[in-house]
Amino acid sequence: MLRFILMRLGKAVIILIAILILNFFLIHAAPGDPAAVMAGEAGAADEKFIADLRARFGLDKPLLTQLGIYLGGVLQFDLGFSYRQQMPVADLIFSRLPATLLLTMTAFVISLLLGTLAGVLASARVGKWSDTLISTLALLFYATPLFWAALMAVLLFSVTLNWLPGFGYETVGANYTGFRRVLDIGQHLILPATTLGLFFMAVYMRMTRASMLEVSQLDFVKTARAKGLRSGIIQRRHIFRNAMLPVVTLAGLQAGQLVGGAVLTETVFAWPGIGRLMFEALAQRDYNVLLGVFFISSAMVLLFNLITDILYRFVDPRIRVG
Amino acid sequence: MADFWKRFSRNRGAVIGVVILVIVLVVAILAPVLFPQSPWRMVQRPFLAPLDMPSHPLGTDALGRDVLTGLAYGAQVSLLVGLVSTVAALLIGIPIGALAGYFGGWADDALMRFTEFFQTVPSFALAIVLVAIFQPSIYSIVAAIAIVSWPPVARLVRGEVLSLRSREYVEAAILSGQTSGTIILRQVLPNTISPIIVLASLMVATAILLESSLSFLGLGDPNLMSWGYMIGAARTVIRQAWWLSFFPGVAILLTVLALNLIGEGLNDALNPRLARKGK
Repeated sequence: MLRFILMRLGKAVIILIAILILNFFLIHAAPGDPAAVMAGEAGAADEKFIADLRARFGLDKPLLTQLGIYLGGVLQFDLGFSYRQQMPVADLIFSRLPATLLLTMTAFVISLLLGTLAGVLASARVGKWSDTLISTLALLFYATPLFWAALMAVLLFSVTLNWLPGFGYETVGANYTGFRRVLDIGQHLILPATTLGLFFMAVYMRMTRASMLEVSQLDFVKTARAKGLRSGIIQRRHIFRNAMLPVVTLAGLQAGQLVGGAVLTETVFAWPGIGRLMFEALAQRDYNVLLGVFFISSAMVLLFNLITDILYRFVDPRIRVG
Repeated sequence: MADFWKRFSRNRGAVIGVVILVIVLVVAILAPVLFPQSPWRMVQRPFLAPLDMPSHPLGTDALGRDVLTGLAYGAQVSLLVGLVSTVAALLIGIPIGALAGYFGGWADDALMRFTEFFQTVPSFALAIVLVAIFQPSIYSIVAAIAIVSWPPVARLVRGEVLSLRSREYVEAAILSGQTSGTIILRQVLPNTISPIIVLASLMVATAILLESSLSFLGLGDPNLMSWGYMIGAARTVIRQAWWLSFFPGVAILLTVLALNLIGEGLNDALNPRLARKGK
């Protein structure tokens, strides 16, 4: 097990280094002077700042030396400096990271719980109206653009019905503390987390439904029925546990989608995470921030994949080798 | 072929999908005829609500531009970007997958590590970075979408080629002295075409979603009216004018839904043996 974890960790580190190299070449491939690119939109930075950048990143030295300087900097958590925000990019990202983690993890839990629940429900009632309803909803969620779902959620639940806040992380100026504050943040979290989880909720629904139906045809289920076990027990212990295996593999795929989707949801809901930071950096063409967020979000995805891989080996004892 | 149509048309969802897609396609092609005015032109007062004036059934936006005209021209962009970027992704993914599957060994290892890299990296974030750095234009958008969406193609083709590679007819071709290139192109790839078609139809749907998400964030081609741009521009006025974000979203939803339904129908019709296991 330890060997497996170490190997996967090694692989993750190699991918991270590859991303950094990609980032480095992107800065150089961008139209214009790399120093100006790093400083933000042309004309935004003053001459002295650009000259500083040139000296620090050795922009007159050979490309490989520059790459070395760049990678060395990242090893010391130096993701560059945001001229626009007058702050080191790493500080900027880490101050925004908790909000994004809260949002993406909640979205993950919501989509997994509601998705598998609906999938199980549909598989137990194949052909009935509740199955049709769930399957239709899954089709719709699967085709809905995330940012539009977010806007429509604001329009319906926030503007029209006034049930939930559709803006920000907590009530501005309320200065809640303790449990009241947790409740307040929770209320602000519901709409963004649900819309962010919508797409994969659909994926889980469809996958669980298909997987449950497939497993229920297998011989060991027939045996269990022949033994006279109650159908509830067969559903839970025999079918559900086996049907969940392919669903768990999807969770790894969802990580990437959550991180990307966070840019859209955080933009719509003014959620103060790294996705919103990326959107702000876009408007200002603040490339250092953009590449920094890209790097950190890739690291998040890798970490999440690693965790799901390890979990998967616990869920399915058959694949403990390899 | 007749058999294929019979199976395909038995799938109600797929037929609905084809009908929706044909409508979108016709509107996109006829947009310049149906709406000779430029979608950027101010034609009425701003924030005209839907149905207030019969000449502008879906209302006007914050700058008095006709929403319906915008939708028609947006259909062009969505379909064009969806199609071209999918073709580009196929052009990257098919050769990589075919080479990896056919030659195996270290070539396979190297190509698959490369593929894995692009599959692990969060695709939307990478697309944002690419379009932002190379400046938003229809070309950079198509390229970025292709770059983030080819890995599933490569993996699919590799798997197919790997299993075809050991078939007798391929061995016969090798013995008859055909070059590897000829064998891959003439003997192996034609047999992988149906799963590729199914995947491609779903990729067009994903590409349309990606394009609209990029335009929503302000990374669309500044010279082209697109659905994502319309929603992005309407985001801040959603409280005053719901229709500005509502209708373009419905357009995206329906188009993507249609493509997904068609993809499923194709899957059932082209791979009858694998037809949905649940049913």
